[in-house]
Amino acid sequence: MNFINLLKVAFHAIANNKFRSFLSMLGIIIGVAAIIIMMAIGQGLKESVRKNISQMGTNVIMIHPGADMRGGIRQDPSAMQTLKQEDYESIVREKKFITYVSPEVSSSGQAIYGANNTLTSIYGEGLEYFDIKQWVVEDGECFTEEDIKKSSKVCVVGKTIVNELFPNVADPIGKTIRFKSIPFRIVGVLKSKGYNNWGMDQDNVIIAPYTTVMKRILAQTYFSSINCSAITEEMTDDAIEELTTILRNNHKLKDDADDDFTIRSQQELMETMSSTMDAITIILVVAAAFSLLVAGIGIMNIMLVSVTERTKEIGLRMSVGARGIDISNQFLIESIMISITGGILGIIVGWLGTYICAAFNLPTSIPLWSILVSFAVCTVIGVGFGYFPAQKAASMDPIEAIRYE
Amino acid sequence: MQEKNKKVVIELDNVKRDFIVGSEVVHALRGISFKIYEGEFVTIMGTSGSGKSTLLNQLGCLDTPTSGEYFLDGTPVRKMSKSQRAKLRNRKIGFVFQNYNLLSKTTAVENAELPLMYNAKYNAKQRREAAIAALEAVGLGNRLEHKSNQMSGGQMQRVAIARALVNNPAVILADEATGNLDTRTSFEMLVLFQRLHAEGRTIIFVTHNPEIAQYSSRNIMLRDGKIREDKENNNILSAAEALAALPKPQDD
Repeated sequence: MNFINLLKVAFHAIANNKFRSFLSMLGIIIGVAAIIIMMAIGQGLKESVRKNISQMGTNVIMIHPGADMRGGIRQDPSAMQTLKQEDYESIVREKKFITYVSPEVSSSGQAIYGANNTLTSIYGEGLEYFDIKQWVVEDGECFTEEDIKKSSKVCVVGKTIVNELFPNVADPIGKTIRFKSIPFRIVGVLKSKGYNNWGMDQDNVIIAPYTTVMKRILAQTYFSSINCSAITEEMTDDAIEELTTILRNNHKLKDDADDDFTIRSQQELMETMSSTMDAITIILVVAAAFSLLVAGIGIMNIMLVSVTERTKEIGLRMSVGARGIDISNQFLIESIMISITGGILGIIVGWLGTYICAAFNLPTSIPLWSILVSFAVCTVIGVGFGYFPAQKAASMDPIEAIRYE
Repeated sequence: MQEKNKKVVIELDNVKRDFIVGSEVVHALRGISFKIYEGEFVTIMGTSGSGKSTLLNQLGCLDTPTSGEYFLDGTPVRKMSKSQRAKLRNRKIGFVFQNYNLLSKTTAVENAELPLMYNAKYNAKQRREAAIAALEAVGLGNRLEHKSNQMSGGQMQRVAIARALVNNPAVILADEATGNLDTRTSFEMLVLFQRLHAEGRTIIFVTHNPEIAQYSSRNIMLRDGKIREDKENNNILSAAEALAALPKPQDD
């Protein structure tokens, strides 16, 4: 029997048992839809995390004081004071793979204007910080090199600060706010960045010259970190190596001594987050895949019932000249047709489900390969779970089959 | 289109068939030999247990002899594989069963063309044409698209006969083909079989009803796996006359 006839016969058989066929398809539909939705959510999460990380800045490399201590051993407090002005200056002087450098100090506390106050953080930064972190001064202007030199008490503020401290004031620029009782004159307002992935309000910041924060608020001589930008993402590793050499020379570390600073890159962070998201996606998809397995068993069950029920038809077909292979093909095509139809419907349902998830603000993105994989899996299920019933049909004795009541 | 010196369609040469039931050997056929020539209308009769069904399975190539040889249209069948026999059935045999065995929820044409589905030489158009021709030959030209569940017993059996004719077989094997039908419809079927016989078809009609033997050209009687009687019928009755003589059906 040729392929088109097989398709016709299989279609006929399915059409004759619409409800039952639909029920056995349902398992596949749900399984495939679940996989598509899970993959879409996984992929969406990954993309949104990547986006958020890239929002942090351009090819950012962060240098923190102290050795890498993921193990959790408490370090000498002096180890946290290793990043100094000289380090910053040597980096600026010797950099090859780095475009921007900015030292950073920070402090948390209350900011006050008139009767309003808010809990916030002040970041002491260099000018290049705005390039590294892609901050844009929306209103007013940024503080200047001059302000840094003079440790001027000026600052730029995020949108949240403006909303909290100046609910009724049209233009906060030129106003003076107090942070830990130090007055700061606002020279600019930052463009909003919104919340990041960890639920942190990125607009709840005050940025001031690092010298001002260091001297006037913290009264310290070391930085809490230095942020740099590699020229391109690919140069990140070279840049890290370069920074390590500069800092080790500056700190006069012997060859066998450990680094007294830690360098992390945005790229590294992105990879870590991506692999975490991948792991979550895999767990979700594996759970959904089990439902496909169950669906396959459902199809096998229905096909076995169908074979028994149609024993007489099988006997008839054999007596008019169907060979075993014709019969087994017929049932195999039927189970493949059920599972592929279920698969296609599942893809549609999954696609709709993804839209619904997106409507509930879940980040989603359907990867094309998930559709191809679902399709392939359905075919495999059709063949795999249809094989045994088809063999059972093909091995029937026509004499007994035709007289079966 | 009967040939002058008749061609042998079926030849059985000392065919035996044993079954093993538990530890016992049952001899269903104990050495059967006969020849059936083209254009014969043979009834094979016997009580249940006579080996009638076993013989039918042999003739229909559904089973193979334990010993002896069966030639269908000159082809030895005993050593054929299952799929070779399937192909042989497809080309040389037309089956008509007692309970019609039509595909459910399927039209007359689709039922009639079924054997041709397993013959790669026919395309969809040729299949349909052959099926329509066969249905017209059995008087169902006006019910081509009726589904099997919308037809009476007699109509269903006509579709089954059309299905048996569609591959232009060497022999039509009818197994109690009138067993499920009332007297009137049974005679209608016999009329049809006699007409096919007159057209030169070779028909083997297996039955336990001795009445039918009167309408065929040759009778073979089986008993206990052996041929008890094999004789020509020189006085073939006309089924059409018998049908006309039946009392008219009464509407109530």
